[in-house]
Formats: sequence, structure tokens, C-alpha cells
Amino acid sequence: MYRYDEFDHTFVSARVEQFRDQVQRRLSGELAEDAFKPLRLMNGVYLQLHAYMLRVAIPYGTLSSRQMRMLAHIARKYDRGYGHFTTRQNIQYNWPRLSDTPDILQELASVEMHALQTSGNCIRNVTADHFAGAAADEVADPRPYAEILRQWSSVHPEFSFLPRKFKIAVTGAERDRAAIQVHDIGLHLKKDENGRLGFVVYVGGGQGRTPMIAKKIRDFLPEEDLLSYTTAIMRVYNLHGRRDNKYKARIKILVHETGAEELARQVEAEFANLKDTELKLPDSDIQAIAAYFAPATLPNRPEGWGNLARWKKADPEFARWVHQNVQPHKHPDYGMVTISLKPIGGIPGDASDEQMDIVAEIAEEYAFDEIRVSHEQNLILPHVALADLEPVYRALVAAGLATANAGLITDIIACPGLDYCALANARSIPVAQEISNRFGSAERQAEIGELKIKISGCINACGHHHVGHIGLLGVEKKGEELYQITLGGSGDEHTSIGEIIGRGFEPEKVTDAVERIVDTYLGLRRDKSETFLEAYRRVGPQPFKDALYGGGAQAAA
Amino acid sequence: MVEKVLTANRLADGISVWLDASGNWVESLQDAFVARHAEAVAALEATGKRSFDENKVVDVNVIDVEEVDGTLRPLRMRERIRAEGPSIPYAPGYNGLAGPKNVAA
Repeated sequence: MYRYDEFDHTFVSARVEQFRDQVQRRLSGELAEDAFKPLRLMNGVYLQLHAYMLRVAIPYGTLSSRQMRMLAHIARKYDRGYGHFTTRQNIQYNWPRLSDTPDILQELASVEMHALQTSGNCIRNVTADHFAGAAADEVADPRPYAEILRQWSSVHPEFSFLPRKFKIAVTGAERDRAAIQVHDIGLHLKKDENGRLGFVVYVGGGQGRTPMIAKKIRDFLPEEDLLSYTTAIMRVYNLHGRRDNKYKARIKILVHETGAEELARQVEAEFANLKDTELKLPDSDIQAIAAYFAPATLPNRPEGWGNLARWKKADPEFARWVHQNVQPHKHPDYGMVTISLKPIGGIPGDASDEQMDIVAEIAEEYAFDEIRVSHEQNLILPHVALADLEPVYRALVAAGLATANAGLITDIIACPGLDYCALANARSIPVAQEISNRFGSAERQAEIGELKIKISGCINACGHHHVGHIGLLGVEKKGEELYQITLGGSGDEHTSIGEIIGRGFEPEKVTDAVERIVDTYLGLRRDKSETFLEAYRRVGPQPFKDALYGGGAQAAA
Repeated sequence: MVEKVLTANRLADGISVWLDASGNWVESLQDAFVARHAEAVAALEATGKRSFDENKVVDVNVIDVEEVDGTLRPLRMRERIRAEGPSIPYAPGYNGLAGPKNVAA
């Protein structure tokens, strides 16, 4: 994985010292809140309901054991013994003291981490497929390009005060696990007919108040043009994006109002001026960054096949976990392991300091020291030999980390909601917990099959409810929480925005409503192979409306 | 009129605090000074502005509360959660609003 060079070390350390001085001046009263707030936000420090919150960047979701141990240490020393992994592959701490944040950032810098650009109207942490470098279906590892974008965008003077925040996601696989079509820019790495690497470029996707699916504006962008073309997009956005209205300031609105064709024309015109400038990536630079991500040498471990079959036969729980949480690796003797952070009835995405330490230990011993954070709020060990799955599983069981539910109905995404967040209108976590408990039985989950529930506590959609197969949006109505249900959303290569099914449900009724939707699906699916999403796309909303509201289904609330 | 208290977050650690009758910022809503008429509310607002200007607290707000069996209970869920913590047991030793506290009802 990428290692800081001298420039990176100096840059990050200088930022820590600069922030330390700013915090000191704030605490002494030299700096007023209005002056300080944008400075703390540039360093990932928010103020939430109960305390400050620190959001730490995990570039493209990739971590080493040493870094994970540092995250555990920070949870233990400066917080309340846990952290929350987010849908942007980052981690948030919910209780840091402002006065401690410079020390926390200094400790993070010692393991090549920071909290830069995890807030503000700048280019945020670039996200990527959590199976990058391991998946059988990818043409190349997308992370070198994400790293190039990270370096280019870090305190980029031209793009530090954009009309609004800006999110870029990259995938190198046909199967989109990075939800690229709901990002400001989505990049799909592929090869052209001559075997050259480049990108399909999508622009203007996003969730929030006005959900939009990104428009494809380029079928193939050669890899050497990545920065010049991205700069061209940013310039068009920076110039024409709306600054008069926060709710219309994202690039998705510009794309929508301008039209994808005209926007693409403007981008191409800008690109023509930039194409052969210093932004053109020399192959040697791409290779130098790619070398950091060179796959570990994975020795053949064919004994794993026989062992695995034997272990599965001996232990049905283990077999269930392998079936659900282990995906095929491009090396046949290996698997990609999903460590579920969704224990039945637990808080989605939370991990204790002990759990983080244990994951670090397992990764070091069995997984070539690599850990990923998925946008679905789970952790991933991308390279585990089949021959090592049994000890890995035992270690995870002991730490309460072996829930066999990846991709199932209890693998719920939920934002922090009103339990923590100053923007939220309703709680997300207790709703996720109740649904998880209701559907917690392994047999029932297996019977239902793949079903993604995503919950947001406000319209900003951090819980990705728009692309949930079943999405729940918490709103406040007459001072009470109410949950609007959307159906049919999806954040993959066939992205769709969920449709509001009808009036909302009170907190005590929403789990029953979800159950009715699930039962309706079970009653109408062709057979077990037809997933919830496929069935919904076949039959549409009506049977679900009928089930929820009776024959005379009511209009959307 | 609706009863009101003054709340904010402490500058140095961000912890939610309420203003008590002696003008101190305290960590328990139950110790807050309750304003029951317009002049008292105006005094709260003035104190809040002064504390903000003195860099003691941030995000200062007057909020609505009611007294139920001698216990102060904010009218909004958001403020009940601010007063007692998240509505879920979220870490060992921290039960938040779900714990045996005063305003859970």
C-alpha cells in the first residue's frame, strides 16, 4: 500500500502544527468561533449534539494493521472506547475534546493518516471498491488512481472553495461495489480494444435532497489524461456551479440544468486546453504509484480446499459464515473475507477498541497486513488463504465479529442519526437494531436472500437510503419521528433511485411495515433465485402498496 | 408560557451543558435554571451571548422544557437526547437515554 514520502510527512506534520496553534488561539480567546469553525472543519472536527466529532480519512478505505491499531488506541485514549466506520470508508470518533484534537492528529500522522478534507467544500476522501486488488472481476487495481487523485486534490488551491463538497469514487470491476453512479464523479477503470487502460467517466450523481444518477460523459478516457480531464470537470463546475443556494450547489444540479451533452462539450473544450500540459500523467509516475499497490506474493495453498470442505462439514455455523462472508479471490486458493460490523441488534458500523486491535492482529497474521473499510460499513480482509479461514473465523467469533450476514437483510447501513448528529431529524440506529432483531434468525435471513436496507436520519442521505432495496428516511413531523419508505433503489452497476411507497410510519410501526414488504416479496417471487430487487423491478410498487395500505393506497406523504 | 432553559456546548470539550441559577454551566439538565417569564428568558439570552463572546461555550440555544413530576423534560426529542446521551447503550458503561435516567419517559 501507499507509503508517505518525505513531502507527505512534512506536509501532514506542518498541518498538525498549524492546527495546534489554531486550537490554542481558539481556547485562549484569540480566535473567535466564526473564524475558527472553518479551520476546524478543514481538519475534520465537527460539533455534534453531545460533543465534537472527529472524522478521520481512510483513503480509498485501505488500512494496515499498524494504522488500525492506532485507530483503536485513539478510541481508547481520547474517546469512549469505540469508533464508527462510515459509508465514505472513513472512521468517526464521537467524543473527542477539542483540546485533544491536535494530539490525536499528531498520533495519526505517525502512522501516515490525517483528517484533511473530510469536511468542507473541497474534494473529499476518494473512495474505491473495497475488494480492489483482490477481486476476480477487475481489470486493474483502481487504488493507484485514487491515490493520484488524493495527492492532486490535497489542498489544491483552485479547488479548496468549491460551490459545495465533491466526492469521487473509482472502481476497476464490472460489478460496481463503489456506487460510482451516485458520486459527483464516478470513474470506471477498464481497457479499450487495444488493451490500454482508461476510464468511463460519469458526472453528476448524488443522493441527498435531490437524488440523481450520474450521466456518462466519456466512454473512454486514457489513464494519462486522468488529472487534466478531472481538472476540466472541476473548472466547469467551479465556474458555473451555483453558489447562491446551498441546496442547488452540487454538480448534479449543474449537470441537470445544463444537460449532460452541453456539460460534456464544455468539459471537452476545457480539456483541449489542458490535455498536453503538466497535468498529463507520465507513465513512469503511474507506475511509481502503482508499485505501492503491487499485490502481495500469495503462495499457493491448495491444501485449503480439502481443509475447507472438512471444516464446513464439521461446523454448520462456520459453513454458513464462509458461504455468506467469503467471496472468491482472483487467486483460487484465497478468499476475500467480510468482517460484519452488523451484529444482530447491534449498532451498524461501530467497533470497539478491542475489536479493532483484534482485526489488526488477524490481518497481520493471516491477511498480509491489509484491511479495508467498505462503504457498507463493514471491514474486509482482502487476501485470506482458504487454508486459514478456520483460525480466522475462530478469532472473529471470540471478538463478536463473525456475524454471517454480508449482503443479507440485517447487513443494514445506518447513519448516526439523531442519536449523535446535529443535522438529523430522526434516529436511525434504534430502527436498524429493531429490524435486525426482527429478522435475526439465520434461517429467515437465508430464506429472504440478498436484501439491502439503508437508513438515513435526514434528507442528506448519509445512510444511502435512496439506493437501498428498502430505504428508510427519518423525518420530523409535528415534533415526532416518522419514517418514509422507498423501494427499488440500488447503488450498483444498474443504479436506481428508490421510489417513495406511500405515507410514512411511526417508529413503533416501521419494523412491521418492513416485515410486510418482505412477506409480500416472499409471496410473489418466482422462486428463491429471484432477489427482492429483481422481483420489485418485475412487479413494480403496487403489490407492496396494497400490502402496506390496503387496496386504496394513499398518495406519498 | 412554556418553560425554558439555556443550553450550549462547552468550548474546550464540546460536552452539552446547561446554565444554572448561579450562572455556571453545568452538565446536568436537572440543575438548570428554568425561565418562566419573558424577562427571565431575556436574561438567559443575554447570559448566553456573553458566555459565547467570552469563549466559554458554543452553539448556545434557549430550549423548551416541561416539568414532569419534578423532573425537567425537553419538549423535543433532539434535546432529550442531548440531555441524556444517545438513546441506545453505545459503549460499555454508557447507556445514554436508554439508561436509568430522569427524562427517558
